[in-house]
Amino acid sequence: MTLQRRDFFKIAAAGSAVLVAGKATASTESTSADFSDNFGVLVDTVACIGCRKCEWACNDQNHLPTQELKAFEDKSVFARHRRPDKSAYTVVNQYPDPDEPDKKFAIKVQCMHCNAPACASACIVGALEKQKEGPVTYDAWKCIGCRYCMVACPFQIPAYEYDNALDPVVRKCTFCYERITSEGKKPACVAICPNEALTFAKRGELIQLARERILAQPDKYEHHIYGEHEIGGTGWMYLAGAPFTTTELPTLTSEPIPPRTEKIQHAVFKGFVPPVALYGLLALGMYTFNERKKKVAREEDRHES
Amino acid sequence: MSHDIAVPVKAKFFTKGTKVVFGIMVAGMLAYAYRLLFGIGAATNLDDQWPWGIWIAIDVASGVALAAGGFTTAALADVFHKDKFHVITRPALITAMLGYTFVVIGLLADLGRYYNVWHPMLPSMWQGNSVLFEVGMCVMVYLTVLYVEFMPILVERFRGKVNLPGMLAKLNSLSERLLTLIDKTFVRFVSLFIIAGCVLSCLHQSSLGTLMVIAPTKMHPLWYTPISPLLFLLSAIAVGFPMVIFESVLASRSFKLKPETNVLSSLAAYTPFLLGTYFAFKIGDITIREVWPFALEGSVQSLMWWIEILLGVLAPVILLAMPKVRASITGLFTAACLVVGGVALNRINVFLVAYKPLYSTNTYFPAITEIMVTVGLICALVLVYRFIVINFPVIAAHPIEQPAMTVGPNLSPVAAKRNK
Repeated sequence: MTLQRRDFFKIAAAGSAVLVAGKATASTESTSADFSDNFGVLVDTVACIGCRKCEWACNDQNHLPTQELKAFEDKSVFARHRRPDKSAYTVVNQYPDPDEPDKKFAIKVQCMHCNAPACASACIVGALEKQKEGPVTYDAWKCIGCRYCMVACPFQIPAYEYDNALDPVVRKCTFCYERITSEGKKPACVAICPNEALTFAKRGELIQLARERILAQPDKYEHHIYGEHEIGGTGWMYLAGAPFTTTELPTLTSEPIPPRTEKIQHAVFKGFVPPVALYGLLALGMYTFNERKKKVAREEDRHES
Repeated sequence: MSHDIAVPVKAKFFTKGTKVVFGIMVAGMLAYAYRLLFGIGAATNLDDQWPWGIWIAIDVASGVALAAGGFTTAALADVFHKDKFHVITRPALITAMLGYTFVVIGLLADLGRYYNVWHPMLPSMWQGNSVLFEVGMCVMVYLTVLYVEFMPILVERFRGKVNLPGMLAKLNSLSERLLTLIDKTFVRFVSLFIIAGCVLSCLHQSSLGTLMVIAPTKMHPLWYTPISPLLFLLSAIAVGFPMVIFESVLASRSFKLKPETNVLSSLAAYTPFLLGTYFAFKIGDITIREVWPFALEGSVQSLMWWIEILLGVLAPVILLAMPKVRASITGLFTAACLVVGGVALNRINVFLVAYKPLYSTNTYFPAITEIMVTVGLICALVLVYRFIVINFPVIAAHPIEQPAMTVGPNLSPVAAKRNK
């Protein structure tokens, strides 16, 4: 079954390569940009068994505080919903299946690597950047630590090293940027996933794969690929066996976030015309009122003499 | 441009009241040091869900709004040549200059990597899509402009009077030459800087309102509006004169000066119109976006919204529309306090009350060290303001009231000023 799916995937991949025409750009304002050639991951929460091996692999890859692999078999952590934080870029949470309360499904959460990332649009120094390959990366060297990215993120992902007094950094999933671009490997979490719950490929291919899975088992899957359209699409996308409203993934429209502020921003600074025009207007006002005052003063002088 | 009747106020720096203010400032400095030594996590109640607290909402956002007296007064007196108001341009300028200085000091406490604060100036890091980039650059340039606008006061105070003690006396002629240079450059062209100050203010006052537009899913609908920048600009313009009134009444009380009732009344006459415009836009915005039901939902947010709009906007509009209120110092001061409080509350509402994290398990309330830093900065501002008006020609009095000004030795405690 798995093998078949993989075979199909190869065919789909070849096919979609033809379909992929556009080039992904780092522009956050353009909503029509085609991101299908970007790297992405499909998270199939129906296939996920909640083994938490991805958590271990992530910690290991990113040199985060960790324990031995066996310790991650501990299921007691599912008692509460965890969030990614400064020492864990990804966490797995469990949700009861609304149809069968005894059954649980697991969901891995991490940075979604949005097509139009609000964090990158917000960042004052461009420390957060949408790479042409898809990942949203963070450059601590540029960062001033304003935490506006944390305000902006619609998934509440960036975490902060609040306890670090000297050089705190923003922490979030890196999409194993170096690993997937220079080394040509899969992200660490995908590589370790024992049940093919995580699939790493080009975004366009993943959407096709997700559609195939839904079509093949329409009763098993929600007919919704979370992240295909949400806020202009995300690099990481989800399939689920229950409505996404039962998960911690927020309900979002397909409208990308950055244009909301960028449109205002760029209108005010259109070629610097509005500020310069305002300057001119005020200068003209100052001159006119001054002249009028002088005239009044002259006339008063004349009257007196 | 300037009125030469501004003179250094004759008063002792330390009184019983200023000593108390000084003490609070020192406590704030200790809290600030604590933050630098042990980090934001130790000094604040901020976490991954609540990235911004009162250092942003009060020190930065409210601070910038309440410093709007500088550019609004400059526009009125210097651009539109309402000469009557020249007496208040200097106090307003000092308030703005110090206000922005302390905004930056407050911001530095909040920045995790405060030593990188200059990064936005590097072209390689320019990020034109970021609202914060625009705010940061504008504030940086405007702060410089404010110090340039201070130059005439500096020149007036020291030119021809430089008399450095002892060893430093050698620098006398150099200092004089420097002052002459400043006089011939900055002071001569100060009008150009004044206009620039108005433009820069309009830009970043509005951009501060754009900041939270990037968080549509986290903001309460009562404050989440695409015209947020316009509302921020209108409220900044509206709060400018009331802030000058507020500060002028407190200063005259503290220094036992005769308040400029006539000038302040005329200034307050603009407020019903300016604040009324803001009120109209705010109500229109709520109506057009059809979010009135949220005002009636009975939540903390809706309650705060009503306080903001009724007490902070509508009440002072009505009060200041009455000539009787405008004619009395008590009336002026009360209404000014309402406007100042209302605009500050609006900034707190936008940045804190309206903000709802997606997965919050707790609510944010500032830590004692956060409050100490914020209050300490306000006290420090008050003290530096006092130092400047005692040592520089800032406050002008009408020549008729000159005798009242010379009251010196027995100053009352500045209890009222502390509440600022």
